[in-house]
Order: sequence, then structure tokens, then C-alpha cells
Amino acid sequence: MSCVTNTETLPVGAAEALTHNVQPLLHEIRHALAKLLDDGGSTVIDLRSLPLAPGEEQRLLDELGHGEVYARMHLLGPTEIVETRYPGVWVVVHFNNDNEVIGKFIEVCSIPDLLCSQQEDIRQGLEQLQSHLA
Amino acid sequence: MSKDETLGEALRRQGISRRGFLKFCAATASMMALPPGMVPVIAAALEKAMRPSVIWLSFQECTGCTESLTRSHSPTVEGLIFDVISLDYHHTLQAASGSAAEAARETAMKENYGKYILIVDGSIPTANPGYSTIAGISNVDMLMEVAKGAAAVVSVGSCAAFGGIPHASPNPTGAVSVSDLVKDKPIVNVPGCPPIPVVITGVLAHFLTFGTIPELDALGRPMAYYGQSIHDRCYRRPFYDKGLFANTFDDEGAKKGWCLYKLGCKGPTTYNACATTKWNDGTSFPIEAGHPCLGCSEPDFWDGGGFYKAISTPTADIMQAATYAIGAGAVAGVALGVANRVKHKKAVGEHVKTTIDDLEKGN
Repeated sequence: MSCVTNTETLPVGAAEALTHNVQPLLHEIRHALAKLLDDGGSTVIDLRSLPLAPGEEQRLLDELGHGEVYARMHLLGPTEIVETRYPGVWVVVHFNNDNEVIGKFIEVCSIPDLLCSQQEDIRQGLEQLQSHLA
Repeated sequence: MSKDETLGEALRRQGISRRGFLKFCAATASMMALPPGMVPVIAAALEKAMRPSVIWLSFQECTGCTESLTRSHSPTVEGLIFDVISLDYHHTLQAASGSAAEAARETAMKENYGKYILIVDGSIPTANPGYSTIAGISNVDMLMEVAKGAAAVVSVGSCAAFGGIPHASPNPTGAVSVSDLVKDKPIVNVPGCPPIPVVITGVLAHFLTFGTIPELDALGRPMAYYGQSIHDRCYRRPFYDKGLFANTFDDEGAKKGWCLYKLGCKGPTTYNACATTKWNDGTSFPIEAGHPCLGCSEPDFWDGGGFYKAISTPTADIMQAATYAIGAGAVAGVALGVANRVKHKKAVGEHVKTTIDDLEKGN
């Protein structure tokens, strides 16, 4: 049996009919945005728990697009937080120190918790500033 | 790191901010297949978690499970977990060897009796204790001795969970699983050949967070990762439902990414997290790469009737398969898969184990 090495004779592409999860996810985000407006309740969707076909995750992220806010944080490796074109819909991607993805979430909220300074860190910062000024 | 420190104290001492800790908890929740809403619960629990001692015993194994774990794609999280647990004994990872290594194991057992976690990879030979020994101690004896003082046992990989490759016909070493021997301890099976790395650490993280073992299915596997079949979460499922199959590895259906059922895919009868969690940094999994699922997280997958024979290829009696189909309400193809397994189990029960003498005689 001969091995085919010329990939030009074997074009491979992902089929168009996929899991069709992009539309339902967008509707889920729509419902979450309405809930955020109604009672201020936030929603988090873990993208890694969903069966998305090759290319579907990117299609979803392209649909959501980029808005006014982009934040890059440095904590145990980089974390990127982007507000999408729909205010209140954020994409949060966690990387490790080797720039490998360790978590990918869609958060529907006023502002992701991670962007807020934490009480313990503020307390520690105050102690540092006090000893610096002493 | 001091064993009397909590995880929260240890992370703060390493200069990790509260924000960093919350990122760690979010990644851990995702790793444990818990909903993101559980992150505050995990944060509260991990803040107070104490450092458990872990003893890892390797028996008849290929080291693939350790390789899978140590090459996992989120070393920051795993690194933190392994920094938190006290891995007191592991053949591949520990610096000590020989009597020093065995002394480390004995000390860890004595100091943490009743509280340490025992992790096992590899099957245990029972036909002759000499088939696999460590420092002159047979695998059976070492397992039974260490299991006595363990709080819980985690069988990592299909070999420890179900016997795996050594257990495959004709099973010359009489290989058995951990649960065939240990009967009085809670056992978590984490099968796969190898298991997905985050599944291994997810179980450890669960124990660290909640102090208990996760909810298990009938085969002792965590429901969070093994609760659904590959078939039910496969992105190619719409093609199965429409009857669009690849018939060979290079036909039009294969190029278009159609269902691999006819090429032997064991997805319908296999329970694992491959279709969602995937492999290599969430890159892909066998079906997405164009290869049918082997069913490696199921018992006796090596003797399951051929990797490239469709599940619906009957090796069982058709009438019996029909009975299963009616009884279980299963689709015909899946019913045949179940019937094939039952027939195989009966054959195993009547199987005479091969001894080394038989092998030498050429039987």
C-alpha cells in the first residue's frame, strides 16, 4: 500500500453542517444580558465544557467581536479580558506561563470580578505603602 | 512547604495575589468540570485545605499515565496542585532510589496513616508474584500493605482501573485491577489509555477542595468526566443522525468529516471527556483527527472485537442482540455492542490462564 504524501491531491476541509451550537449560544448570551439588565445577575459560560466543532469557537468569538475594553493581566501567566461589541458581554481567557490556554469563559456582567482589586491585595498594598512612607 | 500550612497560606507566601488565587480557582473549577458558579465555593475550600500526603505506586504499566500528567497543558495549575500535595513516593518523579526510596514510602505511611491518598497505575499480576516486583516486594503485597492505611485509592489509567493491556487475552501474567484486590477502601477509577491529564488532577483537586471523592458511576469513574458517552458529545453526531458515514479513511465522507461509525468508532459505548475537554491544550481528540474512538476508557477494550470493525458487526447471536435491544430500549448497533461484551465476559470466565511454563512449551 503506498503512502499518500502529496496533500494537494487530498484536500481536507471541515464540513459546513456542524454542531450548530453557535446560534444557541448566542441566544443563551442574549437571555443572560436581559437577566443582567433585569436583576443585575451575572452569568458565566465555560467554553471548554461545550462540544464545539473545529472552527465553531472562533466563529462564536468573531460574532461577539471586540468592544471598547481590552485588559491584559499578569497573574500565574497572562490573562486577557475583552469586552465584546455587546457591552456587558466579556471574553476571559486564562493562559499559563507557557502561553497555553487553561481556561476560556464568556462572562455576562457589569465587570468581571478579576478586573476588580481584591480586598486582601488592597490591604497588603496599604501596608507596603505605609512602610515605604515611614 | 510546611505540611501544617493551608493552601491559601502557601500561595500567599509564594507571592501569589488574591487575584492570582481566583484565577487558579477558576481554572481548577473548569478542570473539575464544575460550573463557574462554584468558583467562590472552591476558593473558600482551597483557602483552608491542608496538604495531603500522596503515595503513587507503579505496577505493570508503560508510564504513559505519568507522562500524560507531567506533559499536561496547564503546568501552572498542576504545578500548584503538586506543590500543595506532598508527593512522597513516585518511581519516575522522585529523586531517591533503592532503599532510600522505600524508606521514604514507609515514613510517609507511618506519619500519615489513615490519611494519605494512594494512587496506583499499572495492573497487578497474580499468576506469579515474580512477574513484577519493587525492591523484592511483589506488587500484590505492596498494594495490600499500602492500601491498609490509605484514606482513598485512585486507580489511574485503564490498567489499574480494569487490568488494561496486560489483562488482554491471553493475560499471561494473570493481571487484575486494583478493585479486584482492594475491597475495603473507597476507590476512584480514572481509566483511559492514558487518561486525559486534567481528569487526573481534577480528581485530586476535588479531594483537596471537598475532602471527599467525587460522585462515581457504576464502574467507579467520576461522573463529571465519564458521565456521558463520546457519541453523545461528539461534534460529528449530526452526521450519524443523518446517516452520513465515512466508509474508508480516504473517501469523500472522510474528507468531509462525516461520522466514523462504520470505520469502527466505539464512541457509542465509550464514556470519557475527550469530545469536550479534548487533548493537547484542548486542541483535538482522535475523532476530530479523523480516527475512530478506540474505547480506551472501557474495560477490555483491547478484546472488544477489533478497532476497525463497526460496533454493529455481530459477533454475538442476532436473536440475543434483539433481546438486549428490546430490554434496554437501545439502538440496534449499541445493543450488539453490549451483547458482544457479555459474550466476551463469559469467554473470560471460562478462560484458562497461561503460565510461564505454558509459554515456554509453546502452547
